[in-house]
Amino acid sequence: MANPNGIGASVRRREDARFLTGRGTYTDDISRPNQTHAVFVRSPYAHARIRGIDAGEAMTAPGVVAVLTGADMEADKVGSLPCGWQIHSKDGSPMKEPPHFPIARDRARYVGDAVAVVIAETREQARDAAELVMVDYEELPAAVTSVKALDGTAPLVHDDVAGNLCFDWHLGDAAAVDAAFAQAAHVAKLDLVNQRLIPNAMEPRAAVGEYDRATGEHTLTTTSQNPHVIRLLMGAFVLGIPEHKLRVVAPDVGGGFGSKIFHYGEEAVVTWAARKVGRPVKWTAERSESFLTDAHGRDHVSHAELALDKDGNFLALRVATIANMGAYLSTFAPSIPTYLYATLLAGQYKTPAIYAEVKAVFTNTAPVDAYRGAGRPEACYLIERLVEVAAAETGIDKAELRRRNFVPASAMPYQTPVALQYDTGDFAKNLDIALPMVDYAGFAARKAESARRGKLRGIGFATYIEACGIAPSNVAGALGARAGLYESAEVRFHPTGSVTVFTGSHSHGQGHETTFAQLVAERFGVPIENVEIVHGDTSKIPFGMGTYGSRSLAVGGSAIVKAMDKVERKAKKIAAHMLEAAETDIEVKDGRFVVAGTDKALSIGDIALQAYVPHNFPLDELEPGLDEQAFYDPKNFTYPNGCHVCEVEIDPETGVVEVVNFAAVDDFGRVINPLIVEGQVHGGLVQGIGQALYENCVYDEESGQLITGSYMDYCMPRADDVPSFAVQYHEDQPCTHNPLGVKGCGEAGTIGASAAVMNAVVHALSDLGVTHMDMPATPERVWQVIQRHSHAQAAE
Amino acid sequence: MYEFTYHRPTSLADAAAMLGRSEEAKLLGGGQTLLPTLKQRLARPSDLIDLGQIAELKGIREEAGGLAIGAFTRHAEVAHSDLVRRVIPALADLAEGIGDRQVRNMGTLGGSICNADPSADYPSAVVALKATVKTDRREIAGDDFFTGMFETALEPGEIVTSVTFQKPDKAAYAKFRNPASRYAIVGVFVARFGGEVRVAVTGAGPSVFRATDMETALAGNFSPDALNGIKVASDGLNADIHASADYRAHLVTVMAKRAVAAAG
Ligand SMILES: Cc1cc2nc3c(=O)[nH]c(=O)nc-3n(C[C@H](O)[C@H](O)[C@H](O)COP(=O)(O)OP(=O)(O)OC[C@H]3O[C@@H](n4cnc5c(N)ncnc54)[C@H](O)[C@@H]3O)c2cc1C
Repeated sequence: MANPNGIGASVRRREDARFLTGRGTYTDDISRPNQTHAVFVRSPYAHARIRGIDAGEAMTAPGVVAVLTGADMEADKVGSLPCGWQIHSKDGSPMKEPPHFPIARDRARYVGDAVAVVIAETREQARDAAELVMVDYEELPAAVTSVKALDGTAPLVHDDVAGNLCFDWHLGDAAAVDAAFAQAAHVAKLDLVNQRLIPNAMEPRAAVGEYDRATGEHTLTTTSQNPHVIRLLMGAFVLGIPEHKLRVVAPDVGGGFGSKIFHYGEEAVVTWAARKVGRPVKWTAERSESFLTDAHGRDHVSHAELALDKDGNFLALRVATIANMGAYLSTFAPSIPTYLYATLLAGQYKTPAIYAEVKAVFTNTAPVDAYRGAGRPEACYLIERLVEVAAAETGIDKAELRRRNFVPASAMPYQTPVALQYDTGDFAKNLDIALPMVDYAGFAARKAESARRGKLRGIGFATYIEACGIAPSNVAGALGARAGLYESAEVRFHPTGSVTVFTGSHSHGQGHETTFAQLVAERFGVPIENVEIVHGDTSKIPFGMGTYGSRSLAVGGSAIVKAMDKVERKAKKIAAHMLEAAETDIEVKDGRFVVAGTDKALSIGDIALQAYVPHNFPLDELEPGLDEQAFYDPKNFTYPNGCHVCEVEIDPETGVVEVVNFAAVDDFGRVINPLIVEGQVHGGLVQGIGQALYENCVYDEESGQLITGSYMDYCMPRADDVPSFAVQYHEDQPCTHNPLGVKGCGEAGTIGASAAVMNAVVHALSDLGVTHMDMPATPERVWQVIQRHSHAQAAE
Repeated sequence: MYEFTYHRPTSLADAAAMLGRSEEAKLLGGGQTLLPTLKQRLARPSDLIDLGQIAELKGIREEAGGLAIGAFTRHAEVAHSDLVRRVIPALADLAEGIGDRQVRNMGTLGGSICNADPSADYPSAVVALKATVKTDRREIAGDDFFTGMFETALEPGEIVTSVTFQKPDKAAYAKFRNPASRYAIVGVFVARFGGEVRVAVTGAGPSVFRATDMETALAGNFSPDALNGIKVASDGLNADIHASADYRAHLVTVMAKRAVAAAG
């Protein structure tokens, strides 16, 4: 009988009881004896010269232990926060990589840039004293929006970065694209903005630094998605602490969405300061600090053109994008608008020629980096909006136009003109499943019914493909990655048959403690309760890369499988010895080790006991123990893909958009836990709908002040803003190059949803002559668009 | 937050006395505005006087055919009160639409009107329902209570004790929520008393105001169509990243029509 908690079972998340009853241990829950508290003094200006810092009064305030500045860090030879990915411009020159110190030295470059840190006995005392730190600022003009920052007259964010241009990169075959455009029967064009978002993880960032004088060991507890990466970057580049003296722990983490991948200055500051003041130092961001200083997402301004022949076949795609990097390069920032964006511009289509140019620009705003989807939602939004424009302009049904241009399943594996090789995918099948889910044929009737109630109705599609589990390491390295992209695992059977799995992946909401345990339960027939998943502590787990880019199961899960393979190989040998059979006669059936054709069998528990109490054990052939480690480096990316369809109703009197129907069909390869997958899809869809309709990070274009610095102005989607989703997946296109056949599901919802919603919104407004509007489609914006077009129509 | 001394008086007289003792003392209602302000260190009161233990400030009573509601009555209590639902259902609806559940469970009527946020809901009811605001010193006509953005007719040290609302023949409140904060971008309270109609608008301007053209039109014909073509001027209306003055002016008419339709 199959294991009830094995692969394919909707096991309820084992971690949730802990989270829902308030028993999780988050970084801020951790308090150390004799601990101090850090509060940062942050720049109130988007751009200012720091002429001097007078901490005299602050130093004498009650409870103050230290006030430290960039100069103190410089004196201690603290380095710059490193960037983990190097891009080269078209001309071969490396990207501009100005230093990014944990505490600014001579200039503050965005509102929220740290200029000093106050360490005190209590947090309130540190806050009180922080107000007494006198910083002599000379306010400078700021470059706030990416387009203006590039215009040649804008203030320079970094004096030695001319024109604020970080890099000017391209991908694809410009000549082939030009030739194709020359032949085109029709060209669809679109200018579009993919607005900046603030990640808003429920748990704000936090960090506790400790230093043990006796052993010389530093410990950093932090809200990270990848503690080993932080250890490597901070240890080797910023603080000069060797790995064996630096432990980084990421305990329970309350959401990341990418924003907790990066190495932030506060982590280095608390680690460094703990040694300096000789006491543990703790910092927890206030929500306002999260708004100001968590790395933001998206922020692209693009122009795109699609060439079609007279039958609607796509001939070529040309894209020019300006990507805002913010004031400094965050850890993986340069990779997002390049290798995670332009490489996805083929989408699901067999467009033969594609050329993309990307200019990355510095501005006096918070750094921008990966945010759920990271580059791929930007690519999907661009292509899918453009395809919908092309459908409207050519009069070809939008579902049909897509179908006509899909890469057929028979063409797999398919080499795109933008560097990727898709392994599997049946895009037409996704569409076939989706159309009846939304009763596409019945749309006209529903639209008429809405019209009777004075409402405008629209339906929109988005098909997406994403590249997940970034890999292989050597390929990524050739493209500029300065890190490996494998994952680690260790599967340790204990003498009485329970198992601890150490994984380099990191769960901050994904449910690894459940999904990963299912892999072990399935393989060895052990009850799921007997499997413990350990992650997030560099002193316990082998070097791992953590969780981002929907990689945990595809890469981390594959590493677990590899470690289990090793366990099984050894267990077979032990079983053969114990059962006095030839190793080749041992079969593994439902987790039992059976001598083929007999009823002689052992459970993994029997074998584990013998491995640790090796009285009847082939000691001359094998070492005792049953504990195996593996590293898995993927052979290719994985390619989750799907089709999302959204139906909206718009109240033309107010401009309010209501999402009335949403169907998502996804191909995630093999699904281990359908319940968790569906949860990931729901969350992703809500985030994608959030971008389409609600969320918008707004800076004042002159002063660079963050206008949407709280939930009073930054609009997060709420449960009552979204409909019940219709979600389906199919499993007949498993990934061909990892042992589980899985593709990843963490970002899919976010990638497809924004485009589907906006396509529906524009469709609903199309009778008025509207062909495009930028996100978010807030009530006022929609109303304004309706006003403009109604007047235009009336004038005709 | 900066440090302050916390007091929890059990009588109105004690509260007034405590308030009189320091110019920097502040009353604490449900804390939904005051506490965030303190957390952000935007205010520095010496003393906080919590009104939550004063029985005289609580409760909902029927009075002269209308309702008298104690200043320290939470929004949730108004929303869920059978009495309010029976006498002035529009007021229960208004309370039910304030913020979110957590805010409604804490926020109070007194705190809301004393704060006089331009986008708060209750001011529209105070004006439309011809309310009287009672304080520890006097009675203030609802029409005179709100004097500007975050400004009221209250004198320093004055404590609001209750608000009496008159019972209309028909009434409804229509709110266009700010999608982020869920305060009113525009809220219109329409109430009909015999031949008199009141249309009180919150959210749109610096302070609640009456749309008198609409009142006149509705007095003659209490139907949404009566408002066709009637718009408030956008000059002087609020404008922010969520809504321009023009949009707000437009929404006033839309919400007024919806309120009239809902009032039946
Ligand atoms: C997230 C959020 C959403 C909200 N959404 C809405 C909304 O949609 N609509 C809406 O109308 N409101 C909204 N509010 C405001 C909330 O409903 C409260 O009404 C408001 O915050 C004030 O009431 P309070 O009882 O909390 O007063 P407090 O915050 O305690 O006090 C506010 C002010 O009134 C003074 N005060 C309090 N009681 C008295 C009294 N009896 N006499 C004299 N002065 C007094 C205090 O000194 C203080 O200056 C929202 C608040 C939050 C936090």
